[in-house]
Amino acid sequence: MKVLVPIKRVIDANIKVRVKADESGVELNNVKMAMNPFCEIAVEEAIRLRESGRVEEIIVVTVGPTQSQETLRTALAMGADRAILIEADPAPEPLAVAKLLRAIVDKEAPGLVLLGKQAIDGDNNQTGQMLSGLLGWSIGTFVSRLQVEDAVVRVTREVDGGLENIELVQPAIVTVDLRLNEPRYASLPNIMKAKKKPLDTFTPETLGVDVSPRIETIKVIDPPSRAAGTRVTSAAELVDKLRNEAKVI
Amino acid sequence: MSILVIAEHDNTSLRPATLNTVSAAVVLGGEIDLLVAGGNCQGAADEAATVDGVSRVLMADDPALTDGLAENLAPLVESIARDYSHVLAPATTYGKNLLPRAAALLDVQQISDISAIESPDTFVRPIYAGNALATVRSLDAVKLITVRTTAFDAAGQSSAAPIEMVSGSQEAGLSKFIGEELTRSERPELTTADIIVSGGRGMQSSENFGMLESLADKLGAAVGASRAAVDAGYVPNDYQVGQTGKVVAPDLYIAVGISGAIQHLAGMKDSKVIVAINKDEEAPIFQVADYGWVVDLFEAIPQLEEALDSPSS
Ligand SMILES: Cc1cc2nc3c(=O)[nH]c(=O)nc-3n(C[C@H](O)[C@H](O)[C@H](O)COP(=O)(O)OP(=O)(O)OC[C@H]3O[C@@H](n4cnc5c(N)ncnc54)[C@H](O)[C@@H]3O)c2cc1C
Repeated sequence: MKVLVPIKRVIDANIKVRVKADESGVELNNVKMAMNPFCEIAVEEAIRLRESGRVEEIIVVTVGPTQSQETLRTALAMGADRAILIEADPAPEPLAVAKLLRAIVDKEAPGLVLLGKQAIDGDNNQTGQMLSGLLGWSIGTFVSRLQVEDAVVRVTREVDGGLENIELVQPAIVTVDLRLNEPRYASLPNIMKAKKKPLDTFTPETLGVDVSPRIETIKVIDPPSRAAGTRVTSAAELVDKLRNEAKVI
Repeated sequence: MSILVIAEHDNTSLRPATLNTVSAAVVLGGEIDLLVAGGNCQGAADEAATVDGVSRVLMADDPALTDGLAENLAPLVESIARDYSHVLAPATTYGKNLLPRAAALLDVQQISDISAIESPDTFVRPIYAGNALATVRSLDAVKLITVRTTAFDAAGQSSAAPIEMVSGSQEAGLSKFIGEELTRSERPELTTADIIVSGGRGMQSSENFGMLESLADKLGAAVGASRAAVDAGYVPNDYQVGQTGKVVAPDLYIAVGISGAIQHLAGMKDSKVIVAINKDEEAPIFQVADYGWVVDLFEAIPQLEEALDSPSS
């Protein structure tokens, strides 16, 4: 079975983002970029499935600017077999991304698509679900355990009330959550090898997909800031403040 | 304008997030229909009929809808959504799972997790873990939206709307519900609690979380956690507060042994009053805390319980 793993290049999770002065978005110039952490987990899971013999080939795909190649190379260095870049700048909205991914699914016919549950830039949490709708495939979201059988995929989902177990008919879409695995680091020899792995490039035009925006961003601003308050030095003082000043207990 | 709200429920009663989502619909203005799609869901539909602001309850009752599987629910939402200007669902794991699939079937770019409504087509939503607020306008004919429940008060329940049946969708045969492991607790639910006591990696073990539970019981509070505490197995996954866990906004949030990473702050910084208990005075949590106490938590928690027992001054 082939696995397709769509991934995204985002601002590194450890960087504090800055809103642009003209309120048009957040500053992306000279900011450290990285693979979206949830996408790393999806790549790692695909590699583990290949290591266990359930999967023959791992294809990673991204939609974004030319520099997104770096993110693909990272995934190749982790262990993916080949990569596809769909060049689009700025990166399209989730529905358009899902349509582009459908075009790749049509070409590659994977048995499983593994994605992160959300990208930590837009925090949309949509692409996997949308792709499942476009393809009419089964979907397991927010997955923290995954088992690929011959005809089905068993998943455990992290839901608001706890955990939920469902069984998905293949081909399936799975979006992964934080506790599925801990992604490996790419070794230096593997980083060198990744440079020689195949990387194909498409554009929305060559795939015949309309990616015109459906959402207009009017402005992007800082959230209201919270000022640091006062320090207390004893339990009695804290309880007194909570009772008599804040009046919350 | 006419708005369809998708109710989250367990077939016998509504989940509280439904009430906040209806309130967002009330802010939009217009006729509000509340869809209860489930299996044997008369109980939930009856409760839905009491929600203030709702004109009609649409009830779809079909075994295929019992377990909330998106493959079976999304075609139903698609088939009725075109009659509406807006379709709203809570930004809970239920709504996040279902609505984007329906949006794709409708060829609509969903707007996720709105925290304010500027006009019928313009909304505010947090991005980058709440480090920025984006104001966005939807150009789609039907707007599909998930609602950040902490941003809207719960609607009241003193009405009596009529219930109409709509035909359920077919079993898609794509997925099967096997079972669930729900966390049972006598304490208030995290997302609706007035007070939350949350623990982080500093708690060191699940046994030590017992201290927080005892403190929480004294306060009538819910217990939450950071990702690190969940990853370490101290508490179940549904305790996680943050960018990728639950978003909460109680009157009082007590963070114990939590450093205050941006991903954690994303889930709790709209709390009315924040207390930080941490032995590291440089911990970022103090930058958002109304009351900060630099102390070893293993000393602080028993002292706090004792102080709560003493009569108010
Ligand atoms: C993609 C992504 C998503 C994430 N999503 C979330 C999320 O939703 N929610 C979330 O919480 N995190 C999330 N994180 C993780 C986040 O970045 C932090 O790693 C996490 O919040 C840290 O948890 P912590 O504060 O409990 O642990 P630490 O950062 O290790 O802090 C422990 C704190 O406890 C204090 N402490 C230790 N012992 C004591 C003691 N005896 N007395 C008093 N204080 C003590 C220490 O001083 C320290 O400040 C996410 C990360 C990524 C990359």
